[in-house]
Amino acid sequence: MTAGKFEIKAYPEMWKDLDMDVERFDKMRLMLGDIYEKTYLSQKNRPSGMAYFDNMIAEIHGGRIKELLAAKKEGKPVIGTFCVYIPEEIVLAAGGVCVGLCGGSQGSVPDAEKILPRNICPMVKSAFGFKAGRICPYFQAVDLVYGETTCDAKKKTWEILDNMVSTYVMEIPQMKKQTDQDMWLAEVKEFKTKVESLAGKEVMLEELNRAVKTMNNKRKALQRINMLRHTNPTPISGKDVLLIEQIAFYDEPVRFTEKVGELCDELEQRIQDGVAVPGKNAARVMVAGVPMALPNWKLHNLVEGAGAVIVNEESCIGTRYYKDLMDEDGEDIETILQNLTRRYMQIDCSCFTPNNERIDQVLKEYRESDAHGIIHYSLQFCHTYNVEEIRIREACEKENIPYMFIESDYSPEDVGQLQTRVEAFLEQISG
Amino acid sequence: MYVGVDLGSRTIKVVAFQDGRMVDYKIEESGFAPHEQAREMLTDYKADQIVATGYGRHLAREHFADDVITEIKAHGIGIHAVLPQVTTIVDVGGQDSKVITLNGKGQVSNFQMNDKCAAGTGRFLEIMAASLAYPLVEFGPAALDSDQEVQINSMCTVFAESEVISMKNRGAPRQHIARAVHSSVADRILAMLNRIGFDKYVAFSGGVANNPCIVSMIRGKLVGVQVAVPENPSIIGALGASIEAAKLGESQA
Ligand code: SF4
Ligand code: SF4
Repeated sequence: MTAGKFEIKAYPEMWKDLDMDVERFDKMRLMLGDIYEKTYLSQKNRPSGMAYFDNMIAEIHGGRIKELLAAKKEGKPVIGTFCVYIPEEIVLAAGGVCVGLCGGSQGSVPDAEKILPRNICPMVKSAFGFKAGRICPYFQAVDLVYGETTCDAKKKTWEILDNMVSTYVMEIPQMKKQTDQDMWLAEVKEFKTKVESLAGKEVMLEELNRAVKTMNNKRKALQRINMLRHTNPTPISGKDVLLIEQIAFYDEPVRFTEKVGELCDELEQRIQDGVAVPGKNAARVMVAGVPMALPNWKLHNLVEGAGAVIVNEESCIGTRYYKDLMDEDGEDIETILQNLTRRYMQIDCSCFTPNNERIDQVLKEYRESDAHGIIHYSLQFCHTYNVEEIRIREACEKENIPYMFIESDYSPEDVGQLQTRVEAFLEQISG
Repeated sequence: MYVGVDLGSRTIKVVAFQDGRMVDYKIEESGFAPHEQAREMLTDYKADQIVATGYGRHLAREHFADDVITEIKAHGIGIHAVLPQVTTIVDVGGQDSKVITLNGKGQVSNFQMNDKCAAGTGRFLEIMAASLAYPLVEFGPAALDSDQEVQINSMCTVFAESEVISMKNRGAPRQHIARAVHSSVADRILAMLNRIGFDKYVAFSGGVANNPCIVSMIRGKLVGVQVAVPENPSIIGALGASIEAAKLGESQA
């Protein structure tokens, strides 16, 4: 693919069938294509295995949607998600599909602000705006949106979203005591019943075990690529890994796992051959904090544009999604569901209190990724991450880890100021 | 000869540096095409190395500069050169305000910048001066004259401006309002200082350090701290850039 040619493919007929605002959406499609080309295709020395992921973006509003619609036709439930706290194994076991919904664009925020208050987080606004404006084919295609109660902005928005698309809300505990775990197990069982009714069939042991393996394999592939990028000098840009992590939420899991595996083989070869992206002396930055939903590439773009490289994302687009595996080969469904609950309770989202595990995890990942400093990234009005930032900062100060906090949204307004801050941080860590 | 250029949002500063000291400087308004303006200002010098800093640094690199550093690093180097004992710098410029801490070697160890908004910056002072019909140079002295201040509650420039207008309409004396405006900027700066922490020696650089009222308010509130203002606070960033240019040049020689 040469520069100047990249275009996200158009499927106007299909979009019309999905009751979308085709005209507006088409403009957004062209814009996204431009941004993608500038952000991604202009990178030098990309691994050739990225071609698959470029194509996933080219087909983001078409090819993948077709697959979802085909699954629906076969009666398989298609569930839109926002959070890594969805028990995907259950959906897979029922033959269904999980797709992460986008919430990383400024373009849909005004649609949301017509209804929602302005001072809530941009992720919630962006996601909601995609539905309100009928400008996301995924939102239009899903049978159900899975919502969770991890923050107030989300949990109250689901009530309003439910008027536009059926929204199922699962209660996520905010502590990790035994009573909370029991409660979540009950929630998981209820969710299983819901998925079964959508699928029109019961989830069987064998299918559930297979789904557990599928998800484990996908997480292992992501762990592998993350481990490879930790190599110094790194064989792949942080932007590219972020993209793969974003695509992880909507691609078909078995195919995705295979493609990530192929890319990892290539990266191993690159490491052997000494092929690195970027230069040897590039500053290595780890990002921690809130997830970056597609197409939020703002911070990565700034950091890598300034000559540094991002070597880890401690976030739900990142390690929080794949660091924990599940026990395989459960003997009965009850045991598997208990294992599942235990696995999900290891997620260290800032909605939990206390959340010391996350502090330890950040420090551990910092060491593992051989980074030179940490940028804690948060979204405006995300109270849990913004407050937890204080504890992360204290932990970094104690360990003498160069640290910077950035709170932003999706608008381009603060890019100049952020650029100065990012560059100054890089000057600081490169001495 | 080594030259540092600071392309700020309001003014361009150029410092020429030779044999370990500053030999010349210039300050001009940024105008419409800052990089051309800057290039114009550079014609007097035969520069071996040019380092740019400030808002327009990348534009300068595209056109004439050999390298760029951020304002944060530039002010750190500049202040360390003129006031070596200083470990904390308050730099209030046209567009943004920063607090920078230095380690013993004069390297940046931490910094904070204001958020997206203009509160606590030179821009805020400018807007308020205009709405009170003061020329900028008279704004600080007028506020200093007042012995009383009315309270401005809003930190947001837009809301603060309407507060100022309604105070005017209620007949509050102009210099009392001016004092309130200054006090709100000083409070912002103090909040940043408290957030980042500071030692006994604080330096004030950037254009707003020319404002006597802000400086005296900061001094008044930092008990036991020595607040120094360099002779020409506006050029500290350009000075830092020129020293960086010298370092670059010497490492290449
Ligand atoms: S940060 Fe928390 S709420 Fe957000 S996706 Fe992750 S687990 Fe879910
Ligand atoms: S980023 Fe924070 S506020 Fe926004 S949805 Fe996630 S948890 Fe909620």
